[in-house]
Amino acid sequence: MTHTDMDPGTLANVQFRQVGKPLTRTDAPGKVTGRTPYAGDYVMPNMLHMRVLRADIASARLVRLDVSKARALTGVACVLTADDLADRTAATDIPGQTGQKRLDTDQPILVRDRVRYFGEPLALIAAETRDIADHAAELIEFELEPIPGVYDTLEALKPGAPLVYGRDNIVAERKIRKGDVEAGFARADLIVENTYRTPFQEHAFLEPEVGLAWVDENDVVNIRVSTQVIEHFRPIADALGVPHNKVRVRGALVGGGFGGKEDLTVEVYLALLAKQTGRPVRLEYSREDSFVGHGKRHPFILTYRTGVTKEGKITALDVNMIADAGAYVFLSPYVILYALVAAPGPYRVDNLNVFAKAVATNNMYTSAFRGFGALQACAAYEQQMDEIANTLSIDRLKLRRRNFLKTGEPMSTGFVPPSAIWTEQCAEKAWAGLGEPTASDGPIRTGRGLACYQQSYGRLTFLHDTSEAWVGVEMDGTVVVRSGVTDIGAGQISALGQIAVEVLGVTLDNVVIYNSDSAVTPLAGTTTATRALYMTGNAAKQAAEGLRARLAERAAQEFGVTPDEIDMAFNEVFVIDRPEKTMPLVDLVRTCAAEGIHRSELAIFRAPFGDFLDPETGQGQAHPDYAYGAHAVEVSVDVETGEVEVLKSVAAHDVGQCINPAAVEGQIQGGAQNGQGYALSEEMLYEEGRLVTPSFSEYLMPTAMDMPNVECIILESRSGVGPFGAKGIGEPAMTAVAPAIANAVADAIGVRVFEMPITPERVVTALQQRDAS
Amino acid sequence: MERETISVTVNGRAYERAVEPRRLLSDFLREDLRLTGTHVGCEHGVCGSCTVMMDGVTARSCLTFAVMADGAEIETIEGLGSVEAMHPVQQAFWEKHGLQCGFCTPGMLMTAVELLKANPDPSVDDIRDAISGNLCRCTGYQTIVESIQYAAKLMREDGP
Ligand code: FES
Ligand code: FES
Repeated sequence: MTHTDMDPGTLANVQFRQVGKPLTRTDAPGKVTGRTPYAGDYVMPNMLHMRVLRADIASARLVRLDVSKARALTGVACVLTADDLADRTAATDIPGQTGQKRLDTDQPILVRDRVRYFGEPLALIAAETRDIADHAAELIEFELEPIPGVYDTLEALKPGAPLVYGRDNIVAERKIRKGDVEAGFARADLIVENTYRTPFQEHAFLEPEVGLAWVDENDVVNIRVSTQVIEHFRPIADALGVPHNKVRVRGALVGGGFGGKEDLTVEVYLALLAKQTGRPVRLEYSREDSFVGHGKRHPFILTYRTGVTKEGKITALDVNMIADAGAYVFLSPYVILYALVAAPGPYRVDNLNVFAKAVATNNMYTSAFRGFGALQACAAYEQQMDEIANTLSIDRLKLRRRNFLKTGEPMSTGFVPPSAIWTEQCAEKAWAGLGEPTASDGPIRTGRGLACYQQSYGRLTFLHDTSEAWVGVEMDGTVVVRSGVTDIGAGQISALGQIAVEVLGVTLDNVVIYNSDSAVTPLAGTTTATRALYMTGNAAKQAAEGLRARLAERAAQEFGVTPDEIDMAFNEVFVIDRPEKTMPLVDLVRTCAAEGIHRSELAIFRAPFGDFLDPETGQGQAHPDYAYGAHAVEVSVDVETGEVEVLKSVAAHDVGQCINPAAVEGQIQGGAQNGQGYALSEEMLYEEGRLVTPSFSEYLMPTAMDMPNVECIILESRSGVGPFGAKGIGEPAMTAVAPAIANAVADAIGVRVFEMPITPERVVTALQQRDAS
Repeated sequence: MERETISVTVNGRAYERAVEPRRLLSDFLREDLRLTGTHVGCEHGVCGSCTVMMDGVTARSCLTFAVMADGAEIETIEGLGSVEAMHPVQQAFWEKHGLQCGFCTPGMLMTAVELLKANPDPSVDDIRDAISGNLCRCTGYQTIVESIQYAAKLMREDGP
């Protein structure tokens, strides 16, 4: 069920014909009939099959690697080791269009001498068949001499700890120093301090990493790959040592991303072997490869010390965050930056100290995942709000109300978000949406939880983000959109179509969208950071508006009116309020073509450009804008078994403006699944860095039996910086889910489990400890 | 390796092919017959993406050897219907937004077809139970359940 609430003040003069409607998506027919080719569905004649050989110890020295037997095997075309590669690395820094190297973050493409994590690639094999490639992998002899590793961030920070790389294990540190925290604590009636722990999480997209590469007649390496980021052609070219214009990345509709296909995956391996062999090569990860082959969500240890008055007003907050960066840097410095900025949540805290640290270990490296550090912060600040409310015996919603950041107020970094802040409206609606409480019954205790969030949309302003889109109209009045944006399942390209046709007054079945080709479609930037709709949506809108302006000018001439009297809808062009003055769009387009009037437009949208936050105070503008909302749940907990069931789930988000409400609800419902798994069941167990849960039978994400229906309450402040006032919903949909569940469990059983996932064992242990004390 | 010749009907079309005994049905469909609508998400029988219909009941094609399909009738998503003439479950998933990335969709559709054949008017619980072996990471399952309910309605009204 969905309710839509709009701000009547902004609604008055806006009437959409396409936007804001739950139109069926342009990509759906191909997907329901099995006709849509995913990256793994492409093959080429004379194609080779690849396999990656991986280290089976997390911390070791490679003392011997003998590939001679594998090379001699019939049907093996090529085996590459680090010895065969120039001393190049594959960049792990922020992907995208800046092309600038910002940190010393690179990982060797293949292990040369030091293995730093379980599964690090040792050799690449290309053979006539997959079976032969697998056989060749077995024939490779290697010897790893274990080196003491470090698998815990607190251990890694101790003097004398084994070093993962560099001089110490500190990957990055960031801080906020705002106001006078000591004075704030002095004014507090109560100080509440707690430490919360969040776990690794696997993206678990259903489509494992896959790609196909070949070298074409222009000596360009083409890579057809499942990726969120076609702009990786630049680091791929750098890794190969070829010019940037000699690599072309073509996406396909992606079988799920969630941040896990944001870094490079199979691209460099494919490109190397395509170049080396001169033949097309295909590499598809097995599910186990996928589990050990891409970065995870950062586990965090978050210590919150909050000063509050008796009435529940926060006077000071001191936060310490430690994130496990794993064995290589990847996006860790930015993930902790997001966590830093998000530390106080959607609350007004004028006296604020935050210290965030990313620490290297020999665990799997960690990188982007939906929520990107801000989600881990939310897991802590929202549990902390409930702990404060309980300590003060204040209603949990009332405590939050006393502290909510309001529209026009400065956030943690001193920046005033340009849009409306509707956290309070969202919180009230989500909480009320739970309805009548379900009664406890014997050992089955019920409880409720609420969590509110602040989540950025759009990339860090110091990255100077831009996005391009091209819109054209054909001679028969149909519309073509071209943009490099990748579609990872959320309906990214369909939304672009919806925006373009809204502006041009045609219907959605009259548009075709070409996307995701680094050589042909205008570069749109990445589908990451909840930026696709904001950035590329704005670019598509600008392009369509530019085109419309030219068409309207010609139509105005035809009708003897001014261009602002012209409207376009349902494939017709007409004078507003004068129905007799109308002509089919196709006639206007033909006139334009005959007169040489340009029938297409390429637009670039620029996000606000900013500088890095002040390194001492953390003050400045980190992101273009922020989204706000809330999630409420009711759970039941079986106090005998520790089993938790989510009974009700209500989400309320201010999305600014829905482009497609069905797509928005889809994000919210999917985010609820990701968040519920994170809170309760998804557990990556590592033993000395070795993943012992590398399959879906061990790593348990919620099934249809575990998920409740999610009631989606969509608010539209029309205040966002996206097209038509839209904000973003991709990441926000997930951020508050897990803490809402944690708060509900604590409410149900009267004791908090401070570490996620809240497994039955942890629940039972917490109850036993409470009973013992 | 010794190859065996199998005869199998896929989406109403008869094929005779030589296959290795260890060849998986999923690979046979995707690679030998180029029917790539059937997806492989885990190759361990856990995710359900590879679900096809074999002699009228669902089978995980990643756990089935191609030789086991000798003499069988297989139906895949490509055989369900086309864009021009969709099967009601396809129509329903399209109209009711029962997919996002679409990777789990073929398996969900085949599972739904089996359910609706046995139970033309399933409850929400019946549907959730039926698809509990099919993982989806994008949708939270809600629109999938709604799509299957809607498909049931379409099929009751029009017949399959
Ligand atoms: S691929 Fe067959 S069940 Fe996952
Ligand atoms: S739609 Fe993406 S996995 Fe189900």
